[in-house]
Amino acid sequence: MTDEASNSRRHFLAVATSVTGVVGLAFVATPFVASFKPSTRARALGAPVEVDIGKLDAGSMVRVVWRGQPVWVLRRGPEMLGRLEGADAGKLKDPDSLESLQPSYAQNAVRSVKPEFLVVVGNCTHLGCAPLERFEVAPADLGPDWVGGFYCPCHGSKFDLAARVMNGSPAPTNLVVPPHRYASDTLIIIGEESGANA
Amino acid sequence: MSGARSPSYGAGKPGRGARFIEWVDERFPLSDLMREHVTEYYAAKNFNWWYVFGVLALVTLIIQLLTGIFLTMNYKPSADDAFASVEYIMREVEWGWLIRYMHSTGASMFFVVVYLHMFRGMMYGSYKAPRELLWVVGMLIYLALMAEAFMGYLLPWGQMSYWGAQVIVSLFGAVPVVGDALMEWIRGDYFISDITLNRFFALHVIAVPLALILLVVVHILALHTTGSLNPDGIEIKERKDANGVPLDGVAFHPYHTSKDLIAIIAFAIVFSAIVFFAPEMGGLFLEPPNFEPANMLKTPEHIAPVWYFTPFYAILRSVPSKGWGAFLMLAAIVLLFLLPWLDRCKVKSIRYRGFSFKLALGVFVVSFIALGYLGLMPATGLYVTLARLFTITYFAFFLLMPIYTAREKTRPVPERVVYHHD
Repeated sequence: MTDEASNSRRHFLAVATSVTGVVGLAFVATPFVASFKPSTRARALGAPVEVDIGKLDAGSMVRVVWRGQPVWVLRRGPEMLGRLEGADAGKLKDPDSLESLQPSYAQNAVRSVKPEFLVVVGNCTHLGCAPLERFEVAPADLGPDWVGGFYCPCHGSKFDLAARVMNGSPAPTNLVVPPHRYASDTLIIIGEESGANA
Repeated sequence: MSGARSPSYGAGKPGRGARFIEWVDERFPLSDLMREHVTEYYAAKNFNWWYVFGVLALVTLIIQLLTGIFLTMNYKPSADDAFASVEYIMREVEWGWLIRYMHSTGASMFFVVVYLHMFRGMMYGSYKAPRELLWVVGMLIYLALMAEAFMGYLLPWGQMSYWGAQVIVSLFGAVPVVGDALMEWIRGDYFISDITLNRFFALHVIAVPLALILLVVVHILALHTTGSLNPDGIEIKERKDANGVPLDGVAFHPYHTSKDLIAIIAFAIVFSAIVFFAPEMGGLFLEPPNFEPANMLKTPEHIAPVWYFTPFYAILRSVPSKGWGAFLMLAAIVLLFLLPWLDRCKVKSIRYRGFSFKLALGVFVVSFIALGYLGLMPATGLYVTLARLFTITYFAFFLLMPIYTAREKTRPVPERVVYHHD
């Protein structure tokens, strides 16, 4: 056997051993990496929640927790819906919710199944802060053009009464509408969908 | 002094201590290591006070490790117990308040000394060839330190812990395609929860400290390979005496260690003053909302990270787009890594560098401090405008560096170190 022949043999063996070793490492690493994913219990705790909207007055909001996220259900009376309709859509980043996250049944001008009830996740799409409810018209700090909506105190993102983000806000998209369905006229189930609504 | 270290090859029989060292040396290179890294490691004799921050960083690391170990003995890493266990440490554990305040003060002081240490490197060109790896490893230490501080800040489970973590974790959501899955993977849940707290605790007390210690060892080994630079930016190894000792160098021990001891005492005085009189530092070291337990349904009025992250936070907020904001924030850190290759000037020390570099470094320092201040302020009106301005100047320092350093008018560098420069 010459030196050259044994060198190429060594080279082959070295590469083959290294490749096998790396593949083995990848297999061994898989369970450890996967252990970081939400566990069965975490997934079970992410189950749907019920919201009773029977006693909700127009212009008021109820907050529930679903998967650790605050979910808001806002009852918009005719007056609020009127303000929403009268506002200038040119001021909105994504007026038709094309870039935003919502189920298809909430992809409309009022971003809801029933115009009266807005269901959104109360986490700003910028960095996850909770926007504040600022339903009054033209308060001193938000200026005369403000017709009500949500204002994020962290980085100044502004949303209208359909939780649509306004131009000049750091938030990229409208607030997220979670999957939800009406179990009856007064009961919304958040985190569950049904074919009936779609 | 006992003769434990005295050489055994003198007159008469070697002492008991010397014989023990000899016994060890035959089994472990103790004396060789001591010589190479301590008693015969030569560093320039004209070091100024800027050169104490490396040692101080090491001292702070030791403080953090020791106080951290004792904190874990009473801390409970669960969403239900974490906040109460910190209060328990503060009120009921004997001297618990002291250990906890030392740890929280140590976190901020770590960044103080590391920022000064990095600035020293920038002033005197410590990142330049052949010390590029030394700089890169140092930057990795800085990254590990940021990860360590970020995860540690979640542990008290206060309002700012929770919402700060929320903001930082959601930065990963800006990663294209896998963003959401990545966030879920980091949190181990659909939100920052008990699960997240538990894993951050594990990373904070085991994984990252181990990485930090390893990186510090690599950093020091790299330093001892190239040798320390000095305020004149001269390679002292190039001029040695007959024994191979650099003419401008003195041994690390006892010469530099005795000087470092003074710095350590001064540092300890400042450190103690903070621990005893201003552990919250007016809300800078421990933010007021963190004295309220985490509430996932209520965001604090104003979210600001701890002061050492605010320069990057200000950059993030200056861009009205999440993706680009996160990208710029990352770029602001990556550019620091590239410093050795962005700087084209052959002269190392600022003492002999041209006006253009001095001006640029000045602009960088002003930008960094201004961004740090703006990151603490609300993101409105003038603050945003200023943050944008300083973000531009911050990036200009790095991106224009290959241009302004290439044609720099430098002054002649002396052959030997000087003590007083004009």
